[in-house]
Amino acid sequence: MRGLHVENLSMVYDLPDGGAVEALRDVSFDLEAGEMLAVLGPSGCGKTTLLNIVAGLLRPTSGQLSLTVGKDGGEASHPITGPSPERGMVFQQGALFEWMSVAENIGFGPRMKGARAAATAQRVEELLDTVGLRGFGDKAVYELSGGMQQRVALARCLANDPELILMDEPLGALDALTREKMQGLVLNLWHETGKTIVLITHSVEEALFLGQRLFVMAPRPGRIEREYRLDFARQGLNGDSREIKASAEFTRMREEILAMIWEMEEEIMGRPGEEA
Amino acid sequence: MKSLLAWLGLARSGVNSRKTVTFGDASAVTGSRFWSIVAVVALAVLWQQSSEREWVNPLFWPTPAAVWNQFVRIASEGYRNFTLWEHVGWSLYRILMGFGFGCVVGIPLGLAMGLSNTIRGLFDPLVEFFRPIPPLAFIPLVIIWSGIGERSKILLLFLAAVWIMTLAARSGVASIRLSKVHAAYTLGASRWQVLRYIILPNALPEIFTGMRVAMGVCWGTVVAAELVAAESGVGFMIMVASTFLSTDIVVMGVIIIGIIGYSIDILMRKLEARLIPWKGKG
Ligand SMILES: Nc1ncnc2c1ncn2[C@@H]1O[C@H](COP(=O)(O)OP(=O)(O)O)[C@@H](O)[C@H]1O
Ligand SMILES: [Mg+2]
Repeated sequence: MRGLHVENLSMVYDLPDGGAVEALRDVSFDLEAGEMLAVLGPSGCGKTTLLNIVAGLLRPTSGQLSLTVGKDGGEASHPITGPSPERGMVFQQGALFEWMSVAENIGFGPRMKGARAAATAQRVEELLDTVGLRGFGDKAVYELSGGMQQRVALARCLANDPELILMDEPLGALDALTREKMQGLVLNLWHETGKTIVLITHSVEEALFLGQRLFVMAPRPGRIEREYRLDFARQGLNGDSREIKASAEFTRMREEILAMIWEMEEEIMGRPGEEA
Repeated sequence: MKSLLAWLGLARSGVNSRKTVTFGDASAVTGSRFWSIVAVVALAVLWQQSSEREWVNPLFWPTPAAVWNQFVRIASEGYRNFTLWEHVGWSLYRILMGFGFGCVVGIPLGLAMGLSNTIRGLFDPLVEFFRPIPPLAFIPLVIIWSGIGERSKILLLFLAAVWIMTLAARSGVASIRLSKVHAAYTLGASRWQVLRYIILPNALPEIFTGMRVAMGVCWGTVVAAELVAAESGVGFMIMVASTFLSTDIVVMGVIIIGIIGYSIDILMRKLEARLIPWKGKG
């Protein structure tokens, strides 16, 4: 099956004082090509660790990971051993290169691959359009607002045409209104490009609204506690986002998950400094 | 009228004029041109008056007229086989050479130290040891090694600049935000490309700050070195003049040193604003 395969993944951080943190224990899942997975969980439950391992930036203590790509019939399974342009990333903020213009940031991936300047320029123009930044190509990135900067980050990632897009709280630093708009953009990009996406967020609402699948992770050791399959993202493509978010089903699930995470947080607070 | 007062710094302008709390608000304290002008004029008048009324012995502190006359004379006739501009030129030449070699060696060394554990381990003791030693302490050694010729002074200035540049480049590398490096690798950049397009531009602001510091130190060092051993240069001019008790030439030399040092710093700041517009915007 095309997509991401994660098997019995465990990650232990050895601490300098001799202790260890079990950031992930025995995490397994398959993500089919074209699916959007949202990952929720209290802070410290290993979300970033999981994403960095999938990105190939961290080597897990144990477990297998691979990304299967290619057309039906001609599929190839690529084991994940290091970063690759096949797996693009969008970071929270501050990952743009401020010594490059908006257009140079977006064209960075193709340029590194040695793509022709004219082809890159054309691709950049298309992407500026896609993320709603037409005419901003020559601007410096630090002249843009936080929301626009994240649009650039999305476009930069898309420029490489990756198989899998990994996002670590990409909208976490934005104000509420900008955030809602950006959620719409992410949803549309997912639909239009058909990309496989893993989105980490600490907003239950965002996870419910964008995730076709949703993992709720629990800490100590980090693991997948609950898994949901959701339909809100599909509805959001044609429907009104406010209406969906206000629907009875949406609110019920939101409260259910909030209560679950709340309980985990309380459990952590109840046992302070256990692993330290 | 209002804008004139604002230009002179006698009236607050913009949002500052509507702030009720200004004591302790650094953004509301930008200095007052008026008082800067007052200070300069007062100093000039004081100098003029004190020499006119002979408050101080001109042997200890010359009159403005005497300094000016020496300037005009030396500017046209030269001093000790060299014209004034040649003296200034020699000092600048030594700085540029010493500073230049310091950059050429220090910047790559600092970058390498920021990127490799081995190189950091190898050079840390050396850098940390030499860094706190004032370059002037090396003058006797340097003279023994290469006499009082150009080479000794350039070597000295190299020693003054190289550690500053090494540390600036090293901390420039260290200041990178990890997510930028990760972003570059996941966008398909090779190690060399990460160095060229990410690490290096990210380190430029700190390297430039290092250059400004190194320039200042070099300027101070060259004058001191010329005071000890040289046949040309602004420091040499002062040294020779002092043995003849020509305080007017000494003061003229000091003023020239101040003006050139200040000009170099202004030039570097302009260059910085031009070349590194993203500084502090990360
Ligand atoms: N580099 C590291 N060294 C040691 N412990 C780490 C490191 N990175 C993360 N951890 C620990 O691993 C756990 C999971 O962290 P992380 O993946 O960042 O969680 P999340 O992103 O869900 O907040 C936390 O307990 C954290 O303290
Ligand atoms: Mg995190």
